[in-house]
Amino acid sequence: MKTSQNTASQQSSVFSGESLLLLALKMRTFIALFLILAFFTFMVPGFLAASSVVIMVKHIAINAFLALGITFVIITAGIDLSIGAILGFCGMVAGWLITKGIVLPMFGIAIFPSVWLVVPIVLVIGGLIGAINGILITRYNVAPFICTLGTMYIVRGASMLLSGGETFTGLSGNEQLGNTGFELIGSAKLLGLPYAIWMMFILAGVIAYIAKRTQFGRHVFAIGDNEHSAELSGVKVRSVKVWVYTISGFCAAIAGIVVSSQLVASHPATGVSFEMNAIAAVVLGGTSLAGGRGTIMGTLIGAFVIGILADGLVMMGVSEFWQMVIKGVVIILAVIIDQKQSRLQHKAAIVQQK
Amino acid sequence: MSQANADVVIRAEKISMIYPGTIALNEVDYRVYRGKVNVIIGENGAGKSTLMKILAGVQQPSKGTIYLNDEAVSFQHTRDAAAKGIGMVHQELNLFGNLTVAENIFLGREKQHGLMPLDTAEQHRVTAELMARLDQDIAPSELLSNLKVGQQQLIEIAKALADEADVLILDEPTSALSKTEVELLFKVIRDLTAQGVSIIYISHRLEELMAIGDHITILRDGHFQSEAEVKDIDVPWIVREMLGSDPVSNFLKPGREFGKPVLDVKNIKLINEMGLTLVDDVSMDVKSGEIVGVYGLMGAGRTELMECLLGLQEYSGEVEIAGHKVPAKMDTSDRIRYGICLVPEDRKKNGIFPISSVSNNMTISSLWRRLKHRFSIDDKAEAEAVTSAIGDLSIKVSSPDIEIRALSGGNQQKVVIGRTLLTSPKVLLLDEPTRGIDIGAKGDVFEMMVKLSEQGIGVLFSTSDLKEIMAVSDRILVMSGGKLTANIARSEATESALVSASAQGL
Repeated sequence: MKTSQNTASQQSSVFSGESLLLLALKMRTFIALFLILAFFTFMVPGFLAASSVVIMVKHIAINAFLALGITFVIITAGIDLSIGAILGFCGMVAGWLITKGIVLPMFGIAIFPSVWLVVPIVLVIGGLIGAINGILITRYNVAPFICTLGTMYIVRGASMLLSGGETFTGLSGNEQLGNTGFELIGSAKLLGLPYAIWMMFILAGVIAYIAKRTQFGRHVFAIGDNEHSAELSGVKVRSVKVWVYTISGFCAAIAGIVVSSQLVASHPATGVSFEMNAIAAVVLGGTSLAGGRGTIMGTLIGAFVIGILADGLVMMGVSEFWQMVIKGVVIILAVIIDQKQSRLQHKAAIVQQK
Repeated sequence: MSQANADVVIRAEKISMIYPGTIALNEVDYRVYRGKVNVIIGENGAGKSTLMKILAGVQQPSKGTIYLNDEAVSFQHTRDAAAKGIGMVHQELNLFGNLTVAENIFLGREKQHGLMPLDTAEQHRVTAELMARLDQDIAPSELLSNLKVGQQQLIEIAKALADEADVLILDEPTSALSKTEVELLFKVIRDLTAQGVSIIYISHRLEELMAIGDHITILRDGHFQSEAEVKDIDVPWIVREMLGSDPVSNFLKPGREFGKPVLDVKNIKLINEMGLTLVDDVSMDVKSGEIVGVYGLMGAGRTELMECLLGLQEYSGEVEIAGHKVPAKMDTSDRIRYGICLVPEDRKKNGIFPISSVSNNMTISSLWRRLKHRFSIDDKAEAEAVTSAIGDLSIKVSSPDIEIRALSGGNQQKVVIGRTLLTSPKVLLLDEPTRGIDIGAKGDVFEMMVKLSEQGIGVLFSTSDLKEIMAVSDRILVMSGGKLTANIARSEATESALVSASAQGL
């Protein structure tokens, strides 16, 4: 399209004003993180002391595992409500394997697998539950919201059934059975930082790599952007979707292991409504629930914002009821800003193109 | 030029529309003559849609005045325009399949007062009157989904007439219609002009404009270009005014040579869930270096045939791609690796990934070709491939990282074509590749098809435009009702033979 000289100069001035705003909007999660940090540093003495930061990040890590796992699901325009329940169930399975072992009644024995075996078994179970979600959604055309709502109840019920609603305690294992060491996942440190924090950053790195650098990652974004086009372009939509839910289940299993290890106990109601915090972190991080748009870095920062907000308010002594209200307001604000950004971004792209 | 004569219904003076960064309309003067078919034409981006949106009250102009019957008016909303008797029928039908004809016509302005129930009888009476005016035998209580597309188009017109429209804007009304349906529409248009209704008619199909138009206005690059009586001009004149040069009508050099078949299809049959046979026992082939055009009306089974070839439908029959037998169960991604690729018909719905970058749009089908260690995407190779494709296809884009929805239709189409080319196809399927793009971009698409065929790619494309099919096909297939009704070399093809083959069995 031809535009004359004087419109070109007009557009560059319009563009620079809006591009600054656009940049601010794009960086909004960073800015929000910074503002929240500044606010609490000012309001709460000793907020940035090393010990309290480590505790905060440990809390954040649990939500981050879930949020990182569900990011791909949300980028494909799906949703996974079952991750909180999977977290609880996986913790229960780990607890069962350590305290009761695999009972073989015909031989009258119980096998107690070592922690090195318990962890992979639990991860696989988490992944499998996710895969079942994926298969139900793709094969039988169940809407993701309904499907994962269903599995949420099923899985939660199953974890209650595992113990009859009781808590498995004493997950540190038994020297004689050779299954000690589970609690180390939650308590041991490397270079002064708990394992959980390292695991969070490693998982974020791996997921970001998949998103950016692999075929699979591109396919995930493509499906969220336009599923019809993806199919015609040779994307194996069904199989990619099954994998996306598998990853979500797998990450929930990691969170389940870390939580029960930190508590050295597993309770069947652990993780109730955790999926909501995870979704909030993802949305706060700029991933669109309509699919096709999102970043892993954003999700990680989103998890930090939610976590710091929650712990900071506690330290300030704000009542739990007000915390809920504030969290809700922040989430809605985030989505409004996201809408604004996507509109501005579209406009900027058109201006740039002309 | 500017006599305020009584025959002019709408006079728009110095209309400008300025968007941030671009001027869509630049001081355009436009006149609509009473009781005439006023054709408006221009390339995509020339500003005709913007002008129409302004007349219909969808948008407000940045500058300029509109005079309706010599009285200055300004429309803040489509309702204002409708109240003054200006109605618009958009290119996409805005109808509801599970409502009746009468309910569709009165949607949003139902005959109802206070808490009284709907006055269905009155609605039906008015609908019946409208149908009589359009000379249609359609019952007001008929479900809309039972009507053919052409009839649905007339319901849209009836909707505008129900508002007592005096000026009717038709935006590409024939793009989804078959030849008989087009004739029906033309008859309705002539009846309406005889009743004193002024029509503004937008279309890309020049023959149609010559057939139906009385008065023609040409826009170019947001400016008023020229205005004439249709009886005084001819098609080359229109194209010259639009583009500034004579178009090429035959794209093929003589003495073209073809190799072995790259696509061999035997007895393909597709039956849908409702038991309708959509593709009926089609056998055909495409040779390396050959361009085969599939002509047919809407619903002739062209799209469905291509979907079968790509493995998107469960069909029966044999398909061979570049000498490889392809099992019917094989999925799309494996077929693409064998060398078949499709540029789909509906770009918005099936073609682009709107909020993804041009680069990602282009490489999504061929990521497997550029992997490091068979795993991670090779950024450098990807950037090179994208840059060379943008150059080869002369895509106008400021950066490959821009979102594709910011591009014009023709450029979006080129990106989709680029996507298929990056897979190194042996057979390229193009389903209505020129739909909704302007003449200039059409020529580019045709030239590209010829270039690809010269590289040895077999090209199979479909169109419902006779001129197009004659311009670029080595061989012409005609489909009608799912059956293949003709398979003729272009040198032997006549337009009348193609038309009669396309109507066989209807």
